[in-house]
Amino acid sequence: MFEVRIHGRGGQGVVTAAELLSHAFFADGRHAQAFPSFGSERTGAPVVAFCRMSDTPIRVREPVVTPDALVVQDSTLLHQVDVFGGLKPGGFVLINSTRTVGQLGLEEMEDGRCQILTIPATVIAREHIGRPMPNLVLLGGLAAFTGLIHLPALLEAVRQHFPGSLGDKNVAAATAAYDLVLSLRPTTAGEHTKESAGAHSA
Amino acid sequence: MLTQLEGSMAVARAVAACRPHVICAYPISPQTHIVEGLSAIVKSGELPGCEYVNVESEFAAMSVAIGASAAGARSYTATASQGLLFMVEAVYNASGLGLPIVMTVANRAIGAPINIWNDHTDAMSQRDSGWIQLYAETNQEAADLHVQAFKIAEELSLPVMVCMDGFILTHAVEQVDVPEVDQVARFLPPFEPRQVLDPDQPVSIGAMVGPEAFTEVRYLAHERQMQALDVIPRVAEEFRAVFGRDSGGLVRGYRLEDAETVVIALGSVLGTIKDVIDERRERGEKIGALGITSFRPFPLDAVREALGAAKRFVCLEKAFSVGIGGIVASHVRMAMSASPIANYTIVAGLGGRPILKSSLHAAFDQAVADELPALTFLDLDHGLVDRELARTRAGRRSGPAAENILRDLGAVRAGSR
Repeated sequence: MFEVRIHGRGGQGVVTAAELLSHAFFADGRHAQAFPSFGSERTGAPVVAFCRMSDTPIRVREPVVTPDALVVQDSTLLHQVDVFGGLKPGGFVLINSTRTVGQLGLEEMEDGRCQILTIPATVIAREHIGRPMPNLVLLGGLAAFTGLIHLPALLEAVRQHFPGSLGDKNVAAATAAYDLVLSLRPTTAGEHTKESAGAHSA
Repeated sequence: MLTQLEGSMAVARAVAACRPHVICAYPISPQTHIVEGLSAIVKSGELPGCEYVNVESEFAAMSVAIGASAAGARSYTATASQGLLFMVEAVYNASGLGLPIVMTVANRAIGAPINIWNDHTDAMSQRDSGWIQLYAETNQEAADLHVQAFKIAEELSLPVMVCMDGFILTHAVEQVDVPEVDQVARFLPPFEPRQVLDPDQPVSIGAMVGPEAFTEVRYLAHERQMQALDVIPRVAEEFRAVFGRDSGGLVRGYRLEDAETVVIALGSVLGTIKDVIDERRERGEKIGALGITSFRPFPLDAVREALGAAKRFVCLEKAFSVGIGGIVASHVRMAMSASPIANYTIVAGLGGRPILKSSLHAAFDQAVADELPALTFLDLDHGLVDRELARTRAGRRSGPAAENILRDLGAVRAGSR
């Protein structure tokens, strides 16, 4: 079981990100379960969504309490919500920020207990999509970061959800984030992804 | 076709595959995406001959379903929570008249206090309404149960409520083998109403019945539910023959072989319970689970047989009867009345509180040692409760309890009265 928790704010596409991640896993023949933390939806309010992936049917219905990977779509949440709660040792943390992990005051997270990375997802989104929607950009980054999400399956899920030019723009943005993370972490599991992603598209 | 989709959309497509003639719904909260999905399907032209009626309230939704069903139309609606309560008078009329309407209840809590989240209080409030009640464990089963519900309803001329956990199932995106139109056509015969409003052969439906026959008419309602105890498992068998998978039926056991402790529950929490049971079985504990799919009619014999030689049962319930406790537990005790065994009620998941595996383990640890209180509220914050009780003892004008507790939690500003 691989469990992802996505933190963001209402209007940032947190729930859509979890849903599309589950579609990407499903397209790869995995079992996947995506669901939001349910609240009264308000723009700007903290939102959490979850995605589980497994090779066997997923029965559990509790929220993801010990995530293998965390995506933080809005770094201001770091001061508002316990985003790191329950993170598994060695887990992945991907934060949307133009600042470095150290500049965010999280250097103590770099002591090996987790793998932590920031990418300027909103900047990438503005550049490719023309809107500050970091959700799918971060998924592209997560694919390279973890090596557990096949990029072609993710991009296909994005195209299915957003037909036409909006889909193309999001695909370009997610691909840019994927390439950026690979360049930042040339020795991570990302290489495995690249290889299997190639096999997947072939 | 095996598809990754939201539970509500899976149900919308399953209902559409049953080719309903009338779908009516009140499209605001507490409503689900199910009727939104169905309205899109009807508008797309995929359901020729189906009328989608946007009504002005849940009371109107059930009233339109009653009128449509009485005119011989296969009728469907969906609601939840306060919406279900608002239609209650018509809910009883639908069953009293013997009209085979199918309704989804996307289970949610009932206010006050206002709460939009999942529990079973809404459907449980209608357990005596005369409707058949089926509870889905997964989105696959939710989709499948709707297909079975039309067959059960129309054969018995009784309405069926398909209960699925609001949010936990309705908003979860997972894979579902969505029932297809051609498969459903092989399984579900055309609706042949037992009674129909037809100008060529006029009848009236809904007579006033006095003391001379009211008992007999009501007895027949019970008799039809007893017939459902045979029809429901048979329909599940017929479903398996066409669709190739197990869905529905009266009850479903999990690792009951040699089980000394049996955890009984309804709905999606069974998935979490099964994971917990696997972990405990690995430690050598003799524990299993029993899912109750049909809560009305309640399968006393099937429950008794499933419990077999168990030493104790634990009912995990997402609703309770204020003033007495467990609802499902009292039914199971009735099933076991000839040979009573130790039993415990755990009330959990009220108003959307997550039911955690860790909490279940802790409660089951106590249950297998016969140290669990007879009635336990899972993860109850005793400190919060005690503080409010202290306030009510301290003075007369202690104020509204819900607001006091939120203030204790820091969820609302201190002193903001």
